[in-house]
Amino acid sequence: MQEKYALELIEKGKRIDGRKFEEFRPIEIKPNVIKNSEGSADVRFGDTRVIAGVKLNIGTPYPDTPEEGMLRVGAEFSPLAAPEFESGPPGEDAIELARIVDRGIRESECIELKKLCLTPEEKVWCLFVDIHIINHQGNLLDCSALASLVALLNTKIPKLEDDKIIRNEFEKPLPVVFKPINITVGKISDKFLIDPRFEEENILESKLSIAIRDDDKICSVQKQEKMELSLEDIERMVDIALVKSKEIRKLVK
Amino acid sequence: MKEKLISDGKRIDGRKAEEFRPIEMKLDIVSRANGSASFRFGNSVVVASVFGPRALTPRHLQKPDSCVLRCRYNMAPFSVDDRKNPGPDRRSKEISKVTRLALEPAIFLEEFPKATIDAYIEVLQADGSTRVTGINATSLALVDSGVPMKDLVTACSVGKIDDTLIVDLNGKEDNNSEADIAFAMMPSKDKITLLQMDGLLTKQEFLTAIKMAKSYCKKIYELQKKTLKEKYENVD
Repeated sequence: MQEKYALELIEKGKRIDGRKFEEFRPIEIKPNVIKNSEGSADVRFGDTRVIAGVKLNIGTPYPDTPEEGMLRVGAEFSPLAAPEFESGPPGEDAIELARIVDRGIRESECIELKKLCLTPEEKVWCLFVDIHIINHQGNLLDCSALASLVALLNTKIPKLEDDKIIRNEFEKPLPVVFKPINITVGKISDKFLIDPRFEEENILESKLSIAIRDDDKICSVQKQEKMELSLEDIERMVDIALVKSKEIRKLVK
Repeated sequence: MKEKLISDGKRIDGRKAEEFRPIEMKLDIVSRANGSASFRFGNSVVVASVFGPRALTPRHLQKPDSCVLRCRYNMAPFSVDDRKNPGPDRRSKEISKVTRLALEPAIFLEEFPKATIDAYIEVLQADGSTRVTGINATSLALVDSGVPMKDLVTACSVGKIDDTLIVDLNGKEDNNSEADIAFAMMPSKDKITLLQMDGLLTKQEFLTAIKMAKSYCKKIYELQKKTLKEKYENVD
């Protein structure tokens, strides 16, 4: 019902909550909401709400990057957040979301992973970014990517004493040098829109998620949903994302 | 320090920037499947088989107005340098999903309500670009199974190395590229069904890379069609 109504409105050039096609819902960013994490953020796009937390541990580096810290992004679609979410190991959508957020952070080179090396080939910092969905009202990806970025920007590296981590005492902030912003552009009835609400998301023909760095370089792209796109569609969607990423980046301190 | 991957205009395996590895396709690999095919880009070898349309159980997964396409991308433990643990990992699950979305637009799924088509993709030997190799194999297997389709789906990878755009990345190039794109399209409809990029590209480079992928897909498309036609030309 809601979907049909949303579609009718979109065809008339309107949206279910009265926004313009290229307008975000109100975005609210709260950094450092979880005391026990090394960095965290609570981000809302309208009713959609995601908490991201960063934990640091010491681990052995990957053999192909012996002098770099490690990054791992995970996402949990907790059954508390939406009726269609089920308990159990992460499903396909949660895995995809985490991997897209991971690529945005990794490929933008926003974290200086070389500075997270303690002893080459032996000991490095492992960064775990965990995304927890609290309320799913659409556009989880952009909200999760932003929550992860803000959490990283507020992450502090714990103190070490004889190679033991002293929790709650910190040495220095995590070296973050870029701010990659993820923008998902949806296509429906030859119209393009951003920040879809849940009802709109269900009727989108196609989506393109684009992560963009401060210097306007594209660092990750993923096409989602069933329908195909033309090259012209993609160019249009990239242009929208380029403009809109700046708008969000201004909100991030 | 860093090994150069392109020197004198040649790549580590001797190819030019815009040259793909030898391509080989075969049909009828799995005799009891409804359709099957193998596809090879150089040392990346993938087999795909298709079962169905067949009844979908459990029944609550059925769709009243459409067939459900299910794809499973899987890497054999021996397909890579360091043995891969069998079974689906996070990467395989994501690739299974994007493979499904890349193929769905090409199939008349509404013709078979409540049914399912299962596509199983096994990477036997991996040397980069395995997801696009898998899509090419599966697309052939789907046509071979006789399921009505709007177009073939043709896939290839493009990337950027040493400031040069290249097609069909091998494993080493894949690991060391500045950017790489997995791309699939329906060539005769000129529509894109898979687009994944990671790395760093300007908007202009990104669009140029897509155009390059499109033109290479069209070449692969001709080879796919030839393979399919040959099968039926040889029937008495």
